[in-house]
Amino acid sequence: MVTVADRIRVDPIACDGRGICAELLPELVGLDEWGFPLIDQRPVPPELAQHARRAVAACPTLALRLIADP
Amino acid sequence: MSRPAPPAPAAHDPRRLLAAPGARAERRTLAGHRAGFGPTPYLGGPHRLTEAVQAAGLTGRGGACFPTARKLHAVAAASGRAVVVGNGAEGEPASSKDRVLLAEVPHLVLDGIQVAAEAVRARQAYLYLAGVPALVTVVRAALAERAAARTDLVPVELVPAPVRYLAGEESAVTARISGAAAKPRFTPPRVFERGVRGRPTLVQNVETLAHIALVARYGPAWFRALGTPDEPGTMLCTVSGAVARPTVVEVPVGTPLRDVLGAAGGGTGPLAAVLLGGYHGSWLAGAPAADLRLCNADLRPHGATVGSGVVVALPENVCGVVETARVARYLADQAAGQCGPCRNGLPLLADTLAALAGTVGTVRFGPHPLSRMIRGRVDQLTTLVDGRGACHHPDGTVRLVRSALRVFGPEIARHEHGDCVGRSAPGLLPVPPLPAGPDSWW
Repeated sequence: MVTVADRIRVDPIACDGRGICAELLPELVGLDEWGFPLIDQRPVPPELAQHARRAVAACPTLALRLIADP
Repeated sequence: MSRPAPPAPAAHDPRRLLAAPGARAERRTLAGHRAGFGPTPYLGGPHRLTEAVQAAGLTGRGGACFPTARKLHAVAAASGRAVVVGNGAEGEPASSKDRVLLAEVPHLVLDGIQVAAEAVRARQAYLYLAGVPALVTVVRAALAERAAARTDLVPVELVPAPVRYLAGEESAVTARISGAAAKPRFTPPRVFERGVRGRPTLVQNVETLAHIALVARYGPAWFRALGTPDEPGTMLCTVSGAVARPTVVEVPVGTPLRDVLGAAGGGTGPLAAVLLGGYHGSWLAGAPAADLRLCNADLRPHGATVGSGVVVALPENVCGVVETARVARYLADQAAGQCGPCRNGLPLLADTLAALAGTVGTVRFGPHPLSRMIRGRVDQLTTLVDGRGACHHPDGTVRLVRSALRVFGPEIARHEHGDCVGRSAPGLLPVPPLPAGPDSWW
Protein backbone atom coordinates (compact mmCIF):
# COMPACT_ATOMS: atom_id res chain seq x y z
CA MET A 1 0.00 0.00 0.00
CA VAL A 2 1.25 3.44 -0.90
CA THR A 3 0.77 6.08 1.74
CA VAL A 4 0.70 9.72 0.75
CA ALA A 5 2.40 11.94 3.27
CA ASP A 6 0.45 15.10 3.99
CA ARG A 7 1.60 18.34 5.46
CA ILE A 8 -0.53 20.74 7.40
CA ARG A 9 -0.90 24.23 6.03
CA VAL A 10 -2.85 27.14 7.37
CA ASP A 11 -4.42 29.88 5.27
CA PRO A 12 -3.28 32.80 7.44
CA ILE A 13 -5.91 35.13 5.96
CA ALA A 14 -8.77 32.80 6.85
CA CYS A 15 -7.33 31.92 10.26
CA ASP A 16 -8.95 33.71 13.17
CA GLY A 17 -6.81 32.20 15.89
CA ARG A 18 -9.60 30.19 17.55
CA GLY A 19 -7.04 27.59 18.58
CA ILE A 20 -9.16 24.48 18.08
CA CYS A 21 -6.44 22.92 15.92
CA ALA A 22 -3.94 23.22 18.76
CA GLU A 23 -6.41 21.53 21.12
CA LEU A 24 -7.13 18.66 18.77
CA LEU A 25 -3.61 18.18 17.47
CA PRO A 26 -1.14 19.42 20.07
CA GLU A 27 1.53 17.09 18.67
CA LEU A 28 1.78 19.19 15.49
CA VAL A 29 0.16 22.53 16.28
CA GLY A 30 1.24 25.03 18.90
CA LEU A 31 0.02 28.57 19.42
CA ASP A 32 2.02 31.78 19.28
CA GLU A 33 1.67 34.53 21.85
CA TRP A 34 -1.36 35.93 20.00
CA GLY A 35 -3.13 32.58 19.70
CA PHE A 36 -2.31 31.87 16.06
CA PRO A 37 -1.17 28.37 15.10
CA LEU A 38 2.49 27.43 14.79
CA ILE A 39 2.49 24.42 12.51
CA ASP A 40 5.01 21.60 12.50
CA GLN A 41 6.02 21.64 8.83
CA ARG A 42 7.15 18.02 8.69
CA PRO A 43 4.96 15.38 7.00
CA VAL A 44 2.14 14.19 9.23
CA PRO A 45 3.16 10.83 10.72
CA PRO A 46 0.70 8.00 9.88
CA GLU A 47 -0.38 7.55 13.50
CA LEU A 48 -1.55 11.18 13.60
CA ALA A 49 -3.26 11.22 10.20
CA GLN A 50 -6.71 10.61 11.66
CA HIS A 51 -6.26 13.35 14.26
CA ALA A 52 -4.98 15.73 11.59
CA ARG A 53 -8.05 15.15 9.44
CA ARG A 54 -10.26 15.75 12.46
CA ALA A 55 -8.51 19.03 13.23
CA VAL A 56 -8.89 20.17 9.61
CA ALA A 57 -12.58 19.33 9.67
CA ALA A 58 -13.08 21.13 12.99
CA CYS A 59 -11.55 24.46 11.94
CA PRO A 60 -14.43 26.96 12.11
CA THR A 61 -12.92 29.23 9.44
CA LEU A 62 -11.77 26.41 7.14
CA ALA A 63 -8.25 27.79 7.43
CA LEU A 64 -6.52 24.50 8.13
CA ARG A 65 -5.59 22.32 5.16
CA LEU A 66 -3.89 19.03 4.50
CA ILE A 67 -1.68 19.36 1.44
CA ALA A 68 -0.43 16.23 -0.27
CA ASP A 69 3.34 16.25 -0.35
CA PRO A 70 4.59 16.48 -3.91
CA MET B 1 5.65 51.27 -48.01
CA SER B 2 6.79 50.83 -44.44
CA ARG B 3 10.30 51.92 -43.70
CA PRO B 4 12.79 49.22 -42.71
CA ALA B 5 13.39 48.94 -38.98
CA PRO B 6 16.37 50.91 -37.73
CA PRO B 7 19.46 48.82 -37.02
CA ALA B 8 19.94 47.36 -33.55
CA PRO B 9 21.77 49.66 -31.17
CA ALA B 10 25.35 48.70 -30.33
CA ALA B 11 25.13 45.66 -28.07
CA HIS B 12 27.74 47.00 -25.67
CA ASP B 13 26.11 50.35 -25.04
CA PRO B 14 24.82 50.09 -21.47
CA ARG B 15 21.96 52.44 -22.30
CA ARG B 16 19.32 50.27 -23.85
CA LEU B 17 15.97 51.03 -22.24
CA LEU B 18 17.07 54.62 -21.87
CA ALA B 19 19.01 54.70 -25.15
CA ALA B 20 16.49 56.30 -27.48
CA PRO B 21 17.93 59.32 -29.28
CA GLY B 22 16.20 62.65 -29.67
CA ALA B 23 14.26 64.90 -27.35
CA ARG B 24 12.04 63.33 -24.72
CA ALA B 25 8.86 64.86 -26.10
CA GLU B 26 9.64 63.28 -29.45
CA ARG B 27 10.54 59.87 -28.02
CA ARG B 28 7.21 59.78 -26.24
CA THR B 29 5.36 59.92 -29.56
CA LEU B 30 4.70 56.75 -31.51
CA ALA B 31 6.51 58.15 -34.57
CA GLY B 32 9.55 59.15 -32.53
CA HIS B 33 9.59 55.79 -30.80
CA ARG B 34 9.47 53.91 -34.10
CA ALA B 35 12.17 56.08 -35.61
CA GLY B 36 14.47 54.82 -32.85
CA PHE B 37 13.21 51.30 -32.18
CA GLY B 38 11.17 50.30 -35.23
CA PRO B 39 7.65 48.84 -35.20
CA THR B 40 6.21 46.61 -32.50
CA PRO B 41 8.23 43.38 -32.84
CA TYR B 42 5.51 40.76 -33.15
CA LEU B 43 7.13 37.39 -33.68
CA GLY B 44 4.29 35.91 -35.70
CA GLY B 45 2.91 33.42 -33.24
CA PRO B 46 2.90 32.15 -29.69
CA HIS B 47 5.91 30.49 -28.02
CA ARG B 48 8.61 32.16 -30.12
CA LEU B 49 8.91 34.97 -27.63
CA THR B 50 9.12 32.49 -24.76
CA GLU B 51 12.01 30.75 -26.52
CA ALA B 52 13.82 34.02 -27.18
CA VAL B 53 13.32 35.22 -23.58
CA GLN B 54 14.47 31.84 -22.29
CA ALA B 55 17.64 32.04 -24.38
CA ALA B 56 18.17 35.63 -23.26
CA GLY B 57 17.99 34.59 -19.59
CA LEU B 58 15.82 37.58 -18.69
CA THR B 59 14.55 37.67 -15.10
CA GLY B 60 11.84 39.84 -13.55
CA ARG B 61 12.98 43.36 -12.68
CA GLY B 62 10.23 43.95 -10.13
CA GLY B 63 12.22 42.51 -7.25
CA ALA B 64 11.81 38.74 -7.18
CA CYS B 65 14.20 38.04 -10.10
CA PHE B 66 11.93 35.21 -11.30
CA PRO B 67 12.82 33.78 -14.74
CA THR B 68 10.53 35.58 -17.19
CA ALA B 69 10.34 32.68 -19.66
CA ARG B 70 8.98 30.37 -16.94
CA LYS B 71 6.17 32.80 -16.22
CA LEU B 72 5.39 33.17 -19.93
CA HIS B 73 5.36 29.41 -20.30
CA ALA B 74 3.19 28.83 -17.22
CA VAL B 75 0.59 31.36 -18.36
CA ALA B 76 0.53 30.02 -21.90
CA ALA B 77 0.14 26.46 -20.59
CA ALA B 78 -2.66 27.24 -18.10
CA SER B 79 -6.20 26.58 -19.23
CA GLY B 80 -8.37 29.57 -20.10
CA ARG B 81 -7.89 32.79 -22.04
CA ALA B 82 -4.86 34.60 -20.61
CA VAL B 83 -4.59 38.21 -19.44
CA VAL B 84 -1.44 40.36 -19.46
CA VAL B 85 -0.74 42.97 -16.79
CA GLY B 86 2.05 45.53 -16.88
CA ASN B 87 2.85 46.24 -13.24
CA GLY B 88 3.86 49.85 -12.67
CA ALA B 89 2.58 50.17 -9.11
CA GLU B 90 6.09 50.83 -7.77
CA GLY B 91 5.02 50.95 -4.13
CA GLU B 92 8.65 50.95 -3.02
CA PRO B 93 9.21 54.47 -1.61
CA ALA B 94 12.92 54.50 -2.51
CA SER B 95 12.30 53.44 -6.12
CA SER B 96 11.34 55.62 -9.05
CA LYS B 97 12.77 53.63 -11.97
CA ASP B 98 9.40 52.38 -13.23
CA ARG B 99 7.97 55.90 -13.32
CA VAL B 100 11.11 57.21 -15.04
CA LEU B 101 10.96 54.40 -17.60
CA LEU B 102 7.29 55.01 -18.39
CA ALA B 103 7.85 58.74 -18.66
CA GLU B 104 10.88 58.29 -20.95
CA VAL B 105 9.80 55.43 -23.22
CA PRO B 106 6.11 54.59 -22.68
CA HIS B 107 5.89 52.91 -26.07
CA LEU B 108 8.66 50.47 -25.25
CA VAL B 109 6.64 49.20 -22.28
CA LEU B 110 3.47 49.11 -24.38
CA ASP B 111 5.33 47.16 -27.12
CA GLY B 112 6.33 44.67 -24.43
CA ILE B 113 2.72 44.25 -23.35
CA GLN B 114 1.70 43.57 -26.95
CA VAL B 115 4.35 40.98 -27.76
CA ALA B 116 3.76 39.28 -24.40
CA ALA B 117 0.04 39.17 -25.19
CA GLU B 118 0.87 37.57 -28.52
CA ALA B 119 3.04 34.98 -26.75
CA VAL B 120 0.37 33.90 -24.27
CA ARG B 121 -2.57 34.46 -26.67
CA ALA B 122 -4.15 37.08 -24.45
CA ARG B 123 -7.04 39.21 -25.64
CA GLN B 124 -6.98 41.72 -22.83
CA ALA B 125 -4.19 43.62 -21.18
CA TYR B 126 -3.91 46.11 -18.34
CA LEU B 127 -1.39 48.67 -17.29
CA TYR B 128 -1.51 49.03 -13.52
CA LEU B 129 -0.10 52.37 -12.60
CA ALA B 130 0.47 54.49 -9.52
CA GLY B 131 -1.66 57.55 -10.04
CA VAL B 132 0.93 60.26 -10.69
CA PRO B 133 -1.20 62.63 -12.79
CA ALA B 134 1.59 63.75 -15.15
CA LEU B 135 2.58 60.15 -15.83
CA VAL B 136 -1.00 59.02 -16.40
CA THR B 137 -1.30 61.83 -18.98
CA VAL B 138 1.80 60.58 -20.83
CA VAL B 139 0.60 56.98 -20.86
CA ARG B 140 -2.93 57.92 -21.89
CA ALA B 141 -1.55 59.92 -24.80
CA ALA B 142 0.62 56.97 -25.85
CA LEU B 143 -2.33 54.59 -25.69
CA ALA B 144 -4.51 56.97 -27.71
CA GLU B 145 -1.85 57.22 -30.42
CA ARG B 146 -1.60 53.46 -30.66
CA ALA B 147 -5.36 53.07 -30.80
CA ALA B 148 -5.47 55.55 -33.67
CA ALA B 149 -2.66 53.73 -35.49
CA ARG B 150 -4.51 50.42 -34.99
CA THR B 151 -1.34 48.43 -34.53
CA ASP B 152 -2.02 46.81 -31.19
CA LEU B 153 -3.17 43.20 -30.94
CA VAL B 154 -5.04 43.68 -27.68
CA PRO B 155 -6.59 46.69 -25.99
CA VAL B 156 -4.76 47.99 -22.91
CA GLU B 157 -6.81 49.34 -20.04
CA LEU B 158 -5.24 51.70 -17.52
CA VAL B 159 -5.99 50.73 -13.91
CA PRO B 160 -4.87 53.03 -11.08
CA ALA B 161 -2.82 51.41 -8.33
CA PRO B 162 -3.36 52.61 -4.78
CA VAL B 163 -0.34 54.22 -3.15
CA ARG B 164 0.38 51.33 -0.79
CA TYR B 165 3.56 49.36 -0.28
CA LEU B 166 1.85 46.06 -1.09
CA ALA B 167 -0.24 47.29 -4.03
CA GLY B 168 2.25 45.82 -6.50
CA GLU B 169 2.34 42.32 -4.99
CA GLU B 170 1.11 40.22 -7.88
CA SER B 171 -1.96 38.71 -6.23
CA ALA B 172 -2.88 42.20 -4.96
CA VAL B 173 -2.51 43.46 -8.51
CA THR B 174 -4.91 40.91 -9.96
CA ALA B 175 -7.33 41.43 -7.06
CA ARG B 176 -7.44 45.17 -7.75
CA ILE B 177 -7.91 44.71 -11.50
CA SER B 178 -10.68 42.22 -10.77
CA GLY B 179 -12.47 44.93 -8.80
CA ALA B 180 -11.46 44.06 -5.24
CA ALA B 181 -9.12 45.70 -2.75
CA ALA B 182 -5.45 45.58 -3.73
CA LYS B 183 -4.54 43.15 -0.95
CA PRO B 184 -2.45 40.00 -1.33
CA ARG B 185 -4.30 36.72 -1.25
CA PHE B 186 -3.40 33.26 -0.05
CA THR B 187 -1.63 31.14 -2.68
CA PRO B 188 -1.86 28.71 -4.40
CA PRO B 189 -3.44 29.22 -6.86
CA ARG B 190 -0.77 31.55 -8.17
CA VAL B 191 -1.84 34.33 -10.54
CA PHE B 192 -0.42 32.50 -13.57
CA GLU B 193 -3.09 29.88 -12.87
CA ARG B 194 -5.91 32.12 -11.66
CA GLY B 195 -5.47 35.86 -11.64
CA VAL B 196 -7.63 38.60 -13.15
CA ARG B 197 -11.24 37.38 -12.89
CA GLY B 198 -9.96 33.83 -12.47
CA ARG B 199 -7.99 33.80 -15.72
CA PRO B 200 -4.35 32.81 -16.12
CA THR B 201 -2.52 36.12 -15.75
CA LEU B 202 0.94 37.26 -16.73
CA VAL B 203 1.93 39.97 -14.26
CA GLN B 204 5.22 41.54 -15.30
CA ASN B 205 6.99 44.59 -13.98
CA VAL B 206 7.00 47.36 -16.59
CA GLU B 207 10.80 47.30 -16.86
CA THR B 208 10.69 43.56 -17.57
CA LEU B 209 8.18 44.24 -20.36
CA ALA B 210 10.46 46.86 -21.87
CA HIS B 211 13.33 44.33 -21.88
CA ILE B 212 10.96 41.81 -23.51
CA ALA B 213 10.30 44.36 -26.27
CA LEU B 214 14.05 44.66 -26.87
CA VAL B 215 14.70 40.90 -26.79
CA ALA B 216 11.90 40.42 -29.34
CA ARG B 217 13.60 42.98 -31.59
CA TYR B 218 17.29 42.29 -31.28
CA GLY B 219 17.45 38.71 -30.01
CA PRO B 220 18.99 36.84 -27.08
CA ALA B 221 22.61 37.19 -28.16
CA TRP B 222 22.29 40.98 -28.29
CA PHE B 223 20.68 40.94 -24.83
CA ARG B 224 23.47 38.78 -23.41
CA ALA B 225 26.24 41.05 -24.69
CA LEU B 226 25.94 42.88 -21.36
CA GLY B 227 25.52 41.58 -17.83
CA THR B 228 26.99 38.36 -16.48
CA PRO B 229 26.51 34.93 -18.11
CA ASP B 230 24.20 33.89 -15.26
CA GLU B 231 22.42 37.25 -14.94
CA PRO B 232 22.43 38.83 -18.37
CA GLY B 233 21.27 42.22 -19.56
CA THR B 234 20.94 45.64 -18.03
CA MET B 235 18.82 46.86 -15.15
CA LEU B 236 17.49 50.15 -13.92
CA CYS B 237 18.66 51.32 -10.50
CA THR B 238 17.27 54.09 -8.36
CA VAL B 239 20.31 55.49 -6.58
CA SER B 240 19.60 57.85 -3.69
CA GLY B 241 20.71 58.85 -0.20
CA ALA B 242 24.17 60.29 0.35
CA VAL B 243 25.15 60.59 -3.32
CA ALA B 244 25.93 63.76 -5.22
CA ARG B 245 23.16 63.36 -7.82
CA PRO B 246 20.34 60.96 -6.86
CA THR B 247 19.19 59.43 -10.11
CA VAL B 248 17.84 56.47 -12.07
CA VAL B 249 20.58 54.77 -14.08
CA GLU B 250 20.68 51.82 -16.42
CA VAL B 251 23.66 49.58 -15.77
CA PRO B 252 24.70 46.10 -16.87
CA VAL B 253 23.83 43.54 -14.20
CA GLY B 254 27.10 42.81 -12.41
CA THR B 255 28.35 46.40 -12.44
CA PRO B 256 30.47 47.06 -9.33
CA LEU B 257 28.42 48.89 -6.72
CA ARG B 258 31.16 51.53 -6.62
CA ASP B 259 30.40 52.36 -10.26
CA VAL B 260 26.64 52.34 -9.68
CA LEU B 261 27.15 54.90 -6.93
CA GLY B 262 29.58 56.69 -9.22
CA ALA B 263 26.87 57.04 -11.86
CA ALA B 264 24.98 59.08 -9.26
CA GLY B 265 27.98 61.32 -8.68
CA GLY B 266 29.48 59.09 -5.99
CA GLY B 267 29.06 59.20 -2.23
CA THR B 268 29.04 62.63 -0.62
CA GLY B 269 31.41 61.23 2.00
CA PRO B 270 32.39 57.91 3.55
CA LEU B 271 29.39 55.56 3.57
CA ALA B 272 28.34 53.65 6.68
CA ALA B 273 26.14 51.25 4.74
CA VAL B 274 24.16 50.69 1.57
CA LEU B 275 20.55 49.55 1.42
CA LEU B 276 19.96 47.22 -1.52
CA GLY B 277 16.70 45.94 -2.94
CA GLY B 278 14.28 48.25 -1.14
CA TYR B 279 12.48 47.99 2.18
CA HIS B 280 12.22 44.22 1.87
CA GLY B 281 15.92 44.21 1.05
CA SER B 282 19.13 44.23 3.05
CA TRP B 283 21.72 46.56 4.50
CA LEU B 284 25.34 45.94 3.60
CA ALA B 285 28.28 47.56 5.37
CA GLY B 286 29.48 50.48 3.23
CA ALA B 287 33.16 49.93 2.53
CA PRO B 288 33.00 46.20 1.68
CA ALA B 289 29.76 46.69 -0.29
CA ALA B 290 31.40 49.07 -2.77
CA ASP B 291 33.61 46.23 -4.01
CA LEU B 292 30.68 43.89 -4.67
CA ARG B 293 29.06 43.65 -8.07
CA LEU B 294 25.36 44.38 -8.38
CA CYS B 295 24.31 40.82 -9.18
CA ASN B 296 22.79 38.08 -7.10
CA ALA B 297 25.90 35.89 -7.40
CA ASP B 298 27.85 38.49 -5.42
CA LEU B 299 25.03 39.71 -3.18
CA ARG B 300 23.31 36.49 -2.08
CA PRO B 301 26.26 35.32 0.06
CA HIS B 302 25.82 38.60 1.96
CA GLY B 303 22.09 38.08 2.42
CA ALA B 304 21.07 40.59 -0.27
CA THR B 305 19.69 40.53 -3.81
CA VAL B 306 19.51 43.11 -6.58
CA GLY B 307 15.75 43.21 -5.94
CA SER B 308 14.14 46.06 -7.82
CA GLY B 309 17.37 48.01 -8.18
CA VAL B 310 17.04 50.24 -5.15
CA VAL B 311 20.41 51.51 -3.92
CA VAL B 312 20.43 53.91 -0.96
CA ALA B 313 23.71 55.22 0.40
CA LEU B 314 23.75 55.76 4.16
CA PRO B 315 26.30 58.38 5.29
CA GLU B 316 28.29 57.98 8.49
CA ASN B 317 26.31 60.66 10.30
CA VAL B 318 22.93 59.00 9.85
CA CYS B 319 22.03 56.17 12.22
CA GLY B 320 21.15 52.89 10.51
CA VAL B 321 19.32 51.65 13.60
CA VAL B 322 17.07 54.71 13.64
CA GLU B 323 16.51 54.40 9.88
CA THR B 324 15.59 50.73 10.20
CA ALA B 325 13.20 51.51 13.05
CA ARG B 326 11.52 54.19 10.92
CA VAL B 327 11.14 51.79 7.99
CA ALA B 328 9.91 48.98 10.26
CA ARG B 329 7.17 51.33 11.50
CA TYR B 330 6.28 52.22 7.93
CA LEU B 331 6.14 48.52 6.94
CA ALA B 332 3.98 47.69 9.96
CA ASP B 333 1.59 50.50 8.99
CA GLN B 334 1.54 49.27 5.40
CA ALA B 335 0.56 45.68 6.27
CA ALA B 336 -2.74 44.54 4.85
CA GLY B 337 -3.75 43.34 8.31
CA GLN B 338 -5.17 40.09 6.99
CA CYS B 339 -2.88 37.61 8.76
CA GLY B 340 -2.65 37.35 12.53
CA PRO B 341 1.11 36.97 12.96
CA CYS B 342 1.85 39.94 10.69
CA ARG B 343 -0.96 42.12 12.11
CA ASN B 344 0.20 41.48 15.68
CA GLY B 345 3.90 40.99 15.17
CA LEU B 346 4.97 43.86 12.90
CA PRO B 347 3.70 46.69 15.15
CA LEU B 348 5.43 45.06 18.12
CA LEU B 349 8.59 44.64 16.09
CA ALA B 350 8.43 48.33 15.13
CA ASP B 351 7.90 49.30 18.80
CA THR B 352 10.82 47.16 19.91
CA LEU B 353 13.12 48.56 17.23
CA ALA B 354 12.09 52.07 18.23
CA ALA B 355 13.21 51.21 21.75
CA LEU B 356 16.49 49.83 20.40
CA ALA B 357 16.95 52.99 18.36
CA GLY B 358 16.29 55.07 21.46
CA THR B 359 13.56 56.99 19.73
CA VAL B 360 11.03 56.24 22.44
CA GLY B 361 11.37 59.06 24.93
CA THR B 362 10.31 57.05 27.94
CA VAL B 363 12.96 54.37 27.53
CA ARG B 364 16.31 55.52 28.83
CA PHE B 365 18.85 52.82 29.05
CA GLY B 366 22.55 52.60 29.52
CA PRO B 367 24.58 49.40 29.54
CA HIS B 368 21.79 47.67 31.31
CA PRO B 369 20.06 44.27 31.19
CA LEU B 370 17.09 46.03 29.60
CA SER B 371 18.99 46.58 26.33
CA ARG B 372 19.78 42.88 26.17
CA MET B 373 16.10 42.11 26.70
CA ILE B 374 15.11 44.47 23.90
CA ARG B 375 17.61 42.88 21.54
CA GLY B 376 16.30 39.43 22.52
CA ARG B 377 12.75 40.53 21.86
CA VAL B 378 13.69 41.68 18.34
CA ASP B 379 15.14 38.23 17.66
CA GLN B 380 12.05 36.56 19.10
CA LEU B 381 9.60 38.64 17.05
CA THR B 382 11.48 38.20 13.78
CA THR B 383 11.43 34.43 14.28
CA LEU B 384 7.74 34.57 15.17
CA VAL B 385 6.54 36.42 12.04
CA ASP B 386 8.98 35.03 9.46
CA GLY B 387 7.15 33.04 6.78
CA ARG B 388 3.77 33.24 8.48
CA GLY B 389 1.86 35.55 6.17
CA ALA B 390 -0.12 34.91 3.00
CA CYS B 391 2.41 37.11 1.21
CA HIS B 392 6.08 37.86 1.83
CA HIS B 393 5.54 41.09 3.74
CA PRO B 394 6.56 39.68 7.13
CA ASP B 395 9.49 37.79 5.57
CA GLY B 396 10.74 40.88 3.75
CA THR B 397 10.46 42.99 6.88
CA VAL B 398 12.38 40.37 8.82
CA ARG B 399 15.09 40.30 6.15
CA LEU B 400 15.63 44.04 6.50
CA VAL B 401 15.67 43.95 10.30
CA ARG B 402 18.07 41.01 10.49
CA SER B 403 20.43 42.71 8.05
CA ALA B 404 20.37 45.80 10.27
CA LEU B 405 21.29 43.68 13.30
CA ARG B 406 24.22 42.21 11.33
CA VAL B 407 25.51 45.48 9.90
CA PHE B 408 24.82 47.94 12.70
CA GLY B 409 26.14 45.91 15.65
CA PRO B 410 28.61 48.61 16.75
CA GLU B 411 25.91 51.26 16.47
CA ILE B 412 23.52 49.16 18.58
CA ALA B 413 26.25 48.93 21.21
CA ARG B 414 26.61 52.72 21.06
CA HIS B 415 22.88 53.05 21.67
CA GLU B 416 23.16 50.82 24.71
CA HIS B 417 25.45 53.46 26.15
CA GLY B 418 23.01 56.22 25.38
CA ASP B 419 24.82 57.47 22.28
CA CYS B 420 23.95 57.64 18.58
CA VAL B 421 25.86 58.76 15.47
CA GLY B 422 22.83 60.45 14.05
CA ARG B 423 21.75 62.70 16.90
CA SER B 424 21.05 65.71 14.72
CA ALA B 425 20.45 64.06 11.35
CA PRO B 426 16.94 64.08 9.93
CA GLY B 427 15.44 60.87 8.53
CA LEU B 428 17.07 59.71 5.30
CA LEU B 429 14.79 56.99 3.96
CA PRO B 430 11.42 58.16 2.67
CA VAL B 431 8.45 56.90 4.66
CA PRO B 432 5.32 58.33 3.03
CA PRO B 433 2.33 58.79 5.31
CA LEU B 434 -0.60 56.42 4.97
CA PRO B 435 -3.23 57.65 2.54
CA ALA B 436 -6.25 58.93 4.42
CA GLY B 437 -9.61 57.23 4.37
CA PRO B 438 -10.89 53.69 4.42
CA ASP B 439 -10.68 53.36 0.63
CA SER B 440 -6.90 53.51 0.47
CA TRP B 441 -6.73 49.98 -0.92
CA TRP B 442 -8.54 50.95 -4.11
